[in-house]
Amino acid sequence: MKEKAKILDGDTILRALMRIAHEILEKNKGIDKLCLVGIRNRGVYLAHRLAECIKRIEHKDIPVGILDITLYRDDLTLIAQQPLVRKTEIDFDINNKVVILVDDVLYTGRTIRAALDALVDFGRPKLIQLAILVDRGHRELPIRADYVGKNIPTALRETVEVRLKEVDGVDEVVIIEQ
Amino acid sequence: MAWTRKDLLGLESLSREEIELILSTAESFKEVSTREIKKVPALRGKTVVNLFYEPSTRTRVSFEVAAKRLSADVINISPETSSVRKGETLVDTGRNIQALKADIIVVRHASSGAAAMLSRHLDISVVNAGDGWHEHPTQALLDIFTLKEKIGRIKGINVTIVGDIAHSRVARSNIWGLTKLGANVTLCAPKMLIPVGIEEMGVNITDNIDDALVRADAVNVLRMQFERDESAAFPEALDYFRKFGITSERLNKAKKNIILMHPGPINRGIEIESDVADGPNSVILEQVINGIALRMAVLFLVSQGHDKKYEDIN
Amino acid sequence: MKILIKGGRVVDPANNLDKVCDVLIENGKISKVALNIKTDAKEIIDASSKIVVPGLVDMHVHLREPGREDKETVKSGTLAALAGGVTSLLAMPNTQPPIDSKEHLDVLGDIINKTARANVFIAASITKGRLGEELVDIASLKKQGIVAITDDGDSVDSDILMSSAFSKAGESNVLVICHCEDKLLSMNGAVNLGFTSTRMGLRGISKESEYKRIERDITLAKDAGACLHIAHVSCKESIELIADAKKKGIAITAETAPHYFALDEAAVIDYDTNMKMNPPLRTTQDRESIKQALKDGIIDVIASDHAPHTENEKDIEFERAEFGVTGLETELSASITELVNTNLLNWPELVKKMSFNPAQILGIDKGTLTPGRAADIIVVSGDRERIVKKEEFVSKSKNSPFLNRKLKGVVEYTICGGKIAYKYKKE
Repeated sequence: MKEKAKILDGDTILRALMRIAHEILEKNKGIDKLCLVGIRNRGVYLAHRLAECIKRIEHKDIPVGILDITLYRDDLTLIAQQPLVRKTEIDFDINNKVVILVDDVLYTGRTIRAALDALVDFGRPKLIQLAILVDRGHRELPIRADYVGKNIPTALRETVEVRLKEVDGVDEVVIIEQ
Repeated sequence: MAWTRKDLLGLESLSREEIELILSTAESFKEVSTREIKKVPALRGKTVVNLFYEPSTRTRVSFEVAAKRLSADVINISPETSSVRKGETLVDTGRNIQALKADIIVVRHASSGAAAMLSRHLDISVVNAGDGWHEHPTQALLDIFTLKEKIGRIKGINVTIVGDIAHSRVARSNIWGLTKLGANVTLCAPKMLIPVGIEEMGVNITDNIDDALVRADAVNVLRMQFERDESAAFPEALDYFRKFGITSERLNKAKKNIILMHPGPINRGIEIESDVADGPNSVILEQVINGIALRMAVLFLVSQGHDKKYEDIN
Repeated sequence: MKILIKGGRVVDPANNLDKVCDVLIENGKISKVALNIKTDAKEIIDASSKIVVPGLVDMHVHLREPGREDKETVKSGTLAALAGGVTSLLAMPNTQPPIDSKEHLDVLGDIINKTARANVFIAASITKGRLGEELVDIASLKKQGIVAITDDGDSVDSDILMSSAFSKAGESNVLVICHCEDKLLSMNGAVNLGFTSTRMGLRGISKESEYKRIERDITLAKDAGACLHIAHVSCKESIELIADAKKKGIAITAETAPHYFALDEAAVIDYDTNMKMNPPLRTTQDRESIKQALKDGIIDVIASDHAPHTENEKDIEFERAEFGVTGLETELSASITELVNTNLLNWPELVKKMSFNPAQILGIDKGTLTPGRAADIIVVSGDRERIVKKEEFVSKSKNSPFLNRKLKGVVEYTICGGKIAYKYKKE
């Protein structure tokens, strides 16, 4: 395993998030009914940062929720090591809201499928959109992102690692070759 | 740490880390029951069989609700206890359930070791919902979960267990769990209801209820089953209440925030004063709520354990 | 028909013999024990690096016939005995019907004559129906060939009745074997009383239930002048009482079973019903005491207490499962593993405990390699290891506490009455 290339650094991540914030506001014509839901683990930190970016533009807070999709995974019986189940925290009503689902990397689409299943268990949003920091391709389900920080074409043997200050101590996105 | 066991037979065999994993998993599951749609698909397509040889409404229903909130299918079997001697053996019943392609058996049985025996003979998961006087691990786990929620920690707290320790699986599981997590456990009962050698489990023993309550952060009151009375040595109900009953007068002398637990069903006026059971210190209904989250966690964890315990020595 | 057992280490404590030599068998009898025997025998057993000892005498065996032929029969039990190196055994009377009368003794005698493959000696019960109410006719049963009396599985609760049993047994010179258990004290217990019974949530069997009854039986036997043999001693307190009685010159002997020195209560923690027997497995301290008592000669005999049960009666809830374990096919290996390999006993001492002493106690013409005696001899590989496998048991029942355990010592040949009656199959 070795690091092949650094795709984004702290500045470029911030710029990408700022752009996505603008796009979200433009597409939804303001922050009315808007809420963010980050997918554990790193999607949560990105959602909080996006909320921060939106606040800078609109000077208003929007609600941020946390989604743990473990119980909705379609590969629970296949994986050898049991995943840790952690809390889902959505303490606001999502009925009739515009929910922006936030995650770090979009790959097969299976995580997003699970997240959509989980979200509809919480209510019936008016609209669900997807914001992603990195789209690396190789979709296995008909899912696409509404907002993308950066498209990175990758080979299957490569992995994309998003590192964030909150968990990894550094902001960067790298490609790792197996 | 990762969970590897296919069964939950008792707390004696679990490590501190395993107990903590169950508790933290249960914390995540507690949120599910607060949703509008109280269901997650984690055990979709799995079948949970509740095999209850002893009548029990609350434990069985709690497991049933837990399994259903995980989207499992639930089948309840209550073999006629009176015909057990003539009828199918426990192992045969277990094998039949396995042949039905069930995934988890939740078993309640009057014989100590019944769950262990099923687990030895079956490949599917076995969860002990109470075996004889031996263990009742999910009850103890939900008690500990509730304590942790209320006090914030288990290490160093003082827990008193009052009642018929000798015949109580709830007491045994609580002692194992609490001591592994570093709590100080005191048992309080008439001498005849303290089983031989239990001090080797690392507990204090007293037959003075006031002494037992004075430093306690929590008191777990066991159900007194006078109907089980099998020897003349059993105390009289009224006499018991006078010496060991949890009354408001006794609680007033204890710590102000002492937590009062009871595994249910309550014998009002026998082991606990009615007003106390409903009073501000009581967390009895919260135990019921937490029981569901805890059992969801257990069902979820064992459904993915795949240890092979009985390996051939060859 | 001649058989020569060549070049083995011959251990025969009765003749103070422990050396490498040959044993010649002629016409069913031992004809010569010497170095380099010249013979025209066609059958020659190469016993080099093996041990040649008298066939074992197991004075505590439940053959279950008549009555429970699904568990064991005289035939299957004696075949199991031969596989375990046992050439003579004492059949316990708790059959259905119990051996409490001439009529019932004849039934068993007839079955033995027709089907036994090893030497079977018979113990009659002490009381009719083993009910502890009325004595059997000890004198006449003695004349009909019984060698001991016992209500094994039960103890006679009435002091008066037991006292009279000892008197009558003393008059007729019949050994009294006592299963010492006060059922008022052990009531419904399943495992040793203490931390083990508590953590398992089972009723316990106290040591008092055993040693209090031993104490009583010693007193009664002494007063009546009878020979008392204590069956299956399991704990330290019992040993102390027996040691004390021996010091006082009371005619008492004692036996233990391999599970009491090879295992302790830790083995029962997983609710393995093959570890359930009465008396129960006790503490590690008791286990050590048993070993020391074997060494010190306080315990004279190792017997199996072979108690076969069907799977239907064993593979059920622990407290409902029958008491008892099989032992004929594992007793020698277990004893070699636990006692000889650990240098607690040497071979002559082991042979005394498992062959010579029980023969002496029962007053039977067995347990030696003296020329002229019936040729009951076994050839043993002391170092060969075996793993005890359920499918390899000869006994009808498989309820062994040593299942899947590795033991040292394999019976290579069992010669009973001058014929090769058993040969270990695996090479």
